[in-house]
Amino acid sequence: MRKVAVVGAGMTLFRRRLQETGKELSFEATRMALDQAKMEIGDVDAVVHGTAPDAFDGVHMKGEYLLDGSGGTRKPYMRVFTGGGTGVFSAIAGYWHVASGLADVALVVNEEKMSSCQPHPQSVFAHIWDPILDRPLKPNLVWIFAMEMNRYMTVHNIPYEDIARVAVKNKRNAVGHPCAQLADPKITLEDVMNSEIMAWPVRRLDISPPSDGAAAVVLASEEVVKKRKLRDQAAWIKGVGWCIDSTMWTDRDLYFPEYVARAAKMAYRQAKIDRPKQQIDFAEPYDPFDYKELHHLEGLGLADRGKAGLMTREGVTERDGKLPVCPSGGLLGVGNPIAATLGIKIGELYWQLTGQAGKRQIPNEVHTGVCQAWGDLMQYGSVVVMGA
Amino acid sequence: MTANIARWPGAELGSKDLENGKVTTQRYRPDAKFAWSAGEAMSRFLAELQQGRLIARECKNCGRILFPPRMFCEECFRPTDEWVYVKDTGTIETYSISYLDTDARRITEPILVGVVSVDGASPKMGIMHYFGEMATGEIRIGMKVQAKWRPAESRVGSVLDIEYFRPLHGVDR
Repeated sequence: MRKVAVVGAGMTLFRRRLQETGKELSFEATRMALDQAKMEIGDVDAVVHGTAPDAFDGVHMKGEYLLDGSGGTRKPYMRVFTGGGTGVFSAIAGYWHVASGLADVALVVNEEKMSSCQPHPQSVFAHIWDPILDRPLKPNLVWIFAMEMNRYMTVHNIPYEDIARVAVKNKRNAVGHPCAQLADPKITLEDVMNSEIMAWPVRRLDISPPSDGAAAVVLASEEVVKKRKLRDQAAWIKGVGWCIDSTMWTDRDLYFPEYVARAAKMAYRQAKIDRPKQQIDFAEPYDPFDYKELHHLEGLGLADRGKAGLMTREGVTERDGKLPVCPSGGLLGVGNPIAATLGIKIGELYWQLTGQAGKRQIPNEVHTGVCQAWGDLMQYGSVVVMGA
Repeated sequence: MTANIARWPGAELGSKDLENGKVTTQRYRPDAKFAWSAGEAMSRFLAELQQGRLIARECKNCGRILFPPRMFCEECFRPTDEWVYVKDTGTIETYSISYLDTDARRITEPILVGVVSVDGASPKMGIMHYFGEMATGEIRIGMKVQAKWRPAESRVGSVLDIEYFRPLHGVDR
């Protein structure tokens, strides 16, 4: 397979409600990514659009609906959707296009507009459950996270404060992010631990907010990087992996994300990583809930099982720690426009690895990073390893 | 360079901007209706629920007793072989105490909900259900529970034929 680099990235503000339509947001993020890559839409061979459930927008065939905004018109174009995993998976699909040689330049554009759904996007999440087994119980999406968090905490005997520390860290990290929705320089552990209980053990500040937003990255082959002299602003995709576990989620022990471990194994093999703790300098795991950052660090092999909370308590995962985690501010701090989290996962790896992260730049030199997204009924993992 | 980008696109709106008509909106309420075929495995499962029983399927290749039942084993990828009754007792694998209803509205009386692995099925195989007859301070992972069935005449062939799972008395709690 050919070498593939990210050569430009763009994103919009992440906010609870933005005036722009999904198409307009997609256009803004795409235009910024193209400008960064010093390219025009005519230079793009193929477009991948990532976006989550149609029900948020109330428009079916959302891929077709959005395509004008992502530059897909009259080009090889596809929409991908792997639940919350779309934020990283769409970049994997973009990677295939270039790695295979079918395209020299591919655009990856992710969009989410959750505010259209009234009164709250939670209502349409009710339609993801099994119609026979689960829906008669009138489930709320937060329930499954609460159940997974409880299982994880109980099996490993993890104190809640070690989990709440993740929310504090990420909301503080987000202060340096120009697009952040919930950055808070003054937030304390007590604020999180005393916030309203939503579905115990989950409290309000353990959860990332629903958001509107879009993000885009430009992927290019090595030849394009050389020809266009983009070496200084290129970060290379070293390995990709993805995996989904059974939908029968009540038959799985939720304490460990096996699907993330398998996706990571696939990505690490390609990236020639056999000791992730030593070889990976920083990580952007998916953090829609604070416990998920810890859960995913363990799945990614960056923490021993049950020990990610301890690492957080000891400051290892701070921006200036030994293993910075979510230096972007993550979904907890920047926001959670599901698929558009591309901008704080793949986007953050790109900006950090090319020294463009500004106030968020990790003080230690970083050469290798990993990002990951997660979704569906606690069953999907997508992982990308990138290097400078 | 990105660190120097002066303007990040996006115009923020507050909920008041919508309510007060400050911005133009278009409203729409979809009216979609569905009738799901329960399928082979679930039809039998629901019929047995109406009789006050829980049933699983066995895969003789891997030896697992699959609950909820399915007509094929997703691991061996072959048809399952036999119907097997399992018990209406089990263990709380995990739970939540929810102050949110299905539309994320706040409620004052919390819902106790979680996963029960059932006795007689393979380890960790269970269903999501409610818990009752226990205080929020009593519920714990590992607690033994038993189904509280609705009266036979009011059962309809639904997971709600079980009202909730309650503590199994006489067993180590």
